[in-house]
Amino acid sequence: MTAAETRPDPESVGAAATPQRQGREEVVFHLDGLSVHYGEFPAVKGVGLDVRRNEITALIGPSGCGKSTVLRSLNRMNDLIEIAKVSGLVEYHGVDLYGPAVDPVEVRRQIGMVFQKPNPFPKSIYDNVAFGPRIAKTDDDLDGLVEQSLRRAVLWDEVRDKLDQSAYALSGGQQQRLCIARAIATSPDVLLMDEPCSALDPIATLRIEELMVELKSDYSIVIVTHNMQQAARVSDRTAFFTVDESVTGHRTGILVEFDQTGKIFTNPSNPKTEDYITGRFG
Amino acid sequence: MTADTTTPTRIAVAAKLQGRRVGWGESAFQLATLIGLLLSLGVLVALLADIVAGAWSVVTTRGADFVSTPISLSADTAGVLNGIIGSVLLTIVVAVVAIPLGIAAAVYLEEYAADTRPTRFIQTNVRNLAGVPSIVYGLLGLGVIVRLVTALGAGGSANGRNIIAGGLTLAVLVLPIVVITTSEALRAVPAGIREAAYGVGATQWEVTRHQVLPAALPAILTGTVLTLARAFGETAPLLLVGAATGFFATGGQGLMEQLSGTYTALPVVVYSWSRQPDGAFRDELAPAAILVLLVLLLAANAAAIIIRNRSERKW
Repeated sequence: MTAAETRPDPESVGAAATPQRQGREEVVFHLDGLSVHYGEFPAVKGVGLDVRRNEITALIGPSGCGKSTVLRSLNRMNDLIEIAKVSGLVEYHGVDLYGPAVDPVEVRRQIGMVFQKPNPFPKSIYDNVAFGPRIAKTDDDLDGLVEQSLRRAVLWDEVRDKLDQSAYALSGGQQQRLCIARAIATSPDVLLMDEPCSALDPIATLRIEELMVELKSDYSIVIVTHNMQQAARVSDRTAFFTVDESVTGHRTGILVEFDQTGKIFTNPSNPKTEDYITGRFG
Repeated sequence: MTADTTTPTRIAVAAKLQGRRVGWGESAFQLATLIGLLLSLGVLVALLADIVAGAWSVVTTRGADFVSTPISLSADTAGVLNGIIGSVLLTIVVAVVAIPLGIAAAVYLEEYAADTRPTRFIQTNVRNLAGVPSIVYGLLGLGVIVRLVTALGAGGSANGRNIIAGGLTLAVLVLPIVVITTSEALRAVPAGIREAAYGVGATQWEVTRHQVLPAALPAILTGTVLTLARAFGETAPLLLVGAATGFFATGGQGLMEQLSGTYTALPVVVYSWSRQPDGAFRDELAPAAILVLLVLLLAANAAAIIIRNRSERKW
């Protein structure tokens, strides 16, 4: 099964599935019927949701529910896994992200990513931030860009005197903010964050959360998190995923509910969501 | 909480926590491992002592003269200069040929090749090649490389059994080791570094060139220096591709003549001297040549360790 065969016609599906969409330009990502297979087995199936501009969208759910897989299909990181096959529709500002003319390298320049474990390059702090702009060859004023990115990531004051030192000399929380600075140095439009605080202590977590809220005025953010309080604190909309074995006989992730974060956490429409957020499972 | 209720608990806990005496089985095992260590060390020390004892008179009477004079039929004036020159030139040929080829092959296997049955077949067999006895490579060198070198017009006065052929043979011999050590170095680069580089929009080439290779470089360099040391000490294949005579290589010629003429190498000098009927060659000069070889190999290993420590990275 290839992506092209199973992908529905963008126009008809988009219009039919989300009649409540408020103005096309507000929607950064429009997902419909998104499934990702690893080899034979579907890791996640039939996901449909819209990510809106200047909002934080949280993907929550128990382990193995496919939330990271969905996140990684938004900047075509799944392309790096040979056996991963994406089907269904992923539209980015109305453009089919998996269309034949789309270059995954360009996609990743527009859509930055921050990973679970802080993963700075084994280079200096400066070179970490400068790597993206350098390879994109947009380095008119590299020093200025590095400073601006570090300032935006609220790291500048801590590292301004040691830009040439190894990034590994920083604490875990500082490293993660460096990774955020590195991601925004290429001036992306969206930031994808895959459990960015799971390796950090509560204080570092708080700083990253404050940073996310601040960054959403310039970026649209999609965050995967295990931490429900985090989703409740920072996000505008929340998608709750769970694992369903009944559909295929394998552990397949499905989207249970997607709504305003306030509604998901106070008055979810699906009892499974309520069970999860009240701690009855997961 | 009163003492009455805690005391029995305390006694029971104290009894549970009491150390057991070491059983005789454990002591015997410890002793056996110690004997294993001492035996292997002992053999090494005896070997070194024997070599140093044999070489002592040469080291004390000849000193630096021994490494700076050419080979001679007279035991009083014979030195290992030709051997050192030959070995260094061979090692340079090996480095120039095997390192780029081996690193390129490993980068292709690890970074570019799809994980398919043929790829895995090749990876397995590169490992097998590294285990092939070196004399087999000598036969390959004699049968194929010497002829190839001659056919390409680089046979020179040695009819193809020259440093170029010898170096190429050693290069083929160590190539699988370069591929394996480089592959392992590349595999040890954390996946997070690759993901991060792809994440900011790097192409596969940029990821490999700017992140993966630099991160793997210390390990690649260390492995490469050790590989060259292996080539430096190799004897058997060289005996087949022309170094067996061991007496004709001379300095002072043009580089091409040196590379295409007859030659010798340090381990071959040792081999050749230890078979001489003259006792001075067999019992004094050969150990002294071994000592020179060992010092050079130890220097190479030390260089590898220094490179590794200097550029060691933690992640």
